[in-house]
Amino acid sequence: MSTDETIAQDDSNIDSMSATARRVLPFERPIFEMEEKLKQVERTGPPSAASRELIQNMREQIAKMKRNVFDHLDAWQTVQVARHENRPQTLDYIELVFDDFMELHGDRAFDDDRAIITGFAKLDDRKVLLVGQHKGRNFKERTEHNFGMAHPEGYRKALSKMQMAAKYGLPIVCLIDTGGAYPGIGAEERGQAYTIAYNLREMSQLATPIVCVVIGEGGSGGALGIGIGDHIAMMQFAYYSVISPEGCAGILWKNSKFADQAARALRFTSKDLLEFGVIDEIIREPPGAAHRDHRIAAANLKASLTQALRHLSGMEREQLVERRYEKFRKIGVFEESLITNVST
Amino acid sequence: MSTSPQQSEVSASQDLPRKRGVPEGLWIRCDGCHDTVFRKMVEKNLGVCPQAGCGHHFYVPAKSRIQQLLDEGSFEEWFAEILPLDPLSFHDKKPYRDRLRDEQQKSGLSEACLVGRGYLRGRPVVLGVTDSSFIMGSMGSVVGEKLTRAIEAATRLQLPLLIVSGSGGGARMHEGIYSLMQMGKVCAALGRFHEKKGLYISVLTNPTMGGVAASFASLGDVILAEPKALIGFAGPRVVQATCKIELPKGFQTSEFLLEHGFIDRIVARADLRSEIARIIDYCG
Ligand SMILES: [Zn+2]
Repeated sequence: MSTDETIAQDDSNIDSMSATARRVLPFERPIFEMEEKLKQVERTGPPSAASRELIQNMREQIAKMKRNVFDHLDAWQTVQVARHENRPQTLDYIELVFDDFMELHGDRAFDDDRAIITGFAKLDDRKVLLVGQHKGRNFKERTEHNFGMAHPEGYRKALSKMQMAAKYGLPIVCLIDTGGAYPGIGAEERGQAYTIAYNLREMSQLATPIVCVVIGEGGSGGALGIGIGDHIAMMQFAYYSVISPEGCAGILWKNSKFADQAARALRFTSKDLLEFGVIDEIIREPPGAAHRDHRIAAANLKASLTQALRHLSGMEREQLVERRYEKFRKIGVFEESLITNVST
Repeated sequence: MSTSPQQSEVSASQDLPRKRGVPEGLWIRCDGCHDTVFRKMVEKNLGVCPQAGCGHHFYVPAKSRIQQLLDEGSFEEWFAEILPLDPLSFHDKKPYRDRLRDEQQKSGLSEACLVGRGYLRGRPVVLGVTDSSFIMGSMGSVVGEKLTRAIEAATRLQLPLLIVSGSGGGARMHEGIYSLMQMGKVCAALGRFHEKKGLYISVLTNPTMGGVAASFASLGDVILAEPKALIGFAGPRVVQATCKIELPKGFQTSEFLLEHGFIDRIVARADLRSEIARIIDYCG
């Protein structure tokens, strides 16, 4: 990465992101406090019958607290969970879900955009092409991966590897996790709009199974740019939106501090999208959400991917492409009036 | 607005100044030469400033655009009965339902795009026009559906497809995920049209941004743009806020896109008809 705008990355944003992310989320605090207490009890002396019972009670209470909080997250809290710094990201899932990962670099035109990772991988015995947006966790990683916000070269890299996969009949797994495609000068100069549009068109035609999972943030066109597939899933606390809540609040409420209201209005949680028929599946997260237990999150993701790929791999390629077309074709809510329209 | 790059979104350019077409009154002020020009003269000149050496392209409503491009009386509107709904019960400072009604009254349009077929200098075409005066020309379910049906019809009828884009808004936030998915839907339809070797000419007008730029507007076999149109993915203010350096001169203009290789030609409005006819003759 050598573009000017990467160096001039927005510092205030980095600060605010890490500050909120490293902190325990406000609605998690009671859970963490109870867990601290439990640790103290566990540390004190040899277990008596009484303390065993106390420990058992506390564990049950913690489990109950997690359910109470996480079964009722509002949209804005969901965004905070989806952006949580410890939430498993693409490289974590590559470790925990796949075997024998072999990274493939470069878009053959400009650069190797580290915001999107691509390569061969095995899901048990099944060979796949993996495409995943990766944000990074600390400052160094986030700089390297540009916060998961790809430039055109990232989308071009993703498509070129996917086209290769289709050539060899490899199914494709796309892990979506981005705040959006990068809104920089270089990105505009190199055709961010065109590159995303081209990906949408070409992905709709690829004659191989494509499974897409929003693992964290599904930020708008930047997410959709690797999001055209046969099976679309979301992790339970991911969100997938036409615009970030901050961006929407800035435009419609004229102030980004109304992001929580915008988040509610946009209806972008996994539950909403399943209800709308925009996604096919919600992948359950462990108690307290994926950032509390990467292994369970990964196991659930793996089970979902395995099932989806098994199902799709039985289909004829032509039927697959036809079905994918119909899948997107039917999305939209409008009225078809019999009355002559107001426009003529 | 916050300066977070998080808002690099498809709808980010909705913060552009609102323009409701050519303002009322005998005289209008030109953004190009800053002169006050006689409104009738501008209209007679296809909405282009008549001052010597100016040539500023004003906004033209979709219906005037169709008159300018197609042979007189040849336009047959399709799918006009498709009307918007409010799938999210979206409510910002104003309920989306009320916003739709107000926009319909102000613009005289039922939605942000018109589609249909007609003849351009005797050549049959399927035409779509988005109108940037209706909620910034943004694409919600209706725009997505009308365009998709028009593209499918062009595929079936084996006719050239012409889409004139004008959208400062990109995807329509008020319809949430439904609007984002229209990008995928329209592009998939264009994919099939492309497979069937259909000719698609995309004409970009001021402004063409966000989810419209990042979908159908960018996928023309031939892409034309009117002079000095604003064209891009992220809104200039978002880019400025992200990069914190001065934007290059002429950033995201038609001329900038031509220089960087993303459009084929810049064409003055007066020449659009003849240039499109020539392209059809080369490819048809
Ligand atoms: Zn002028």
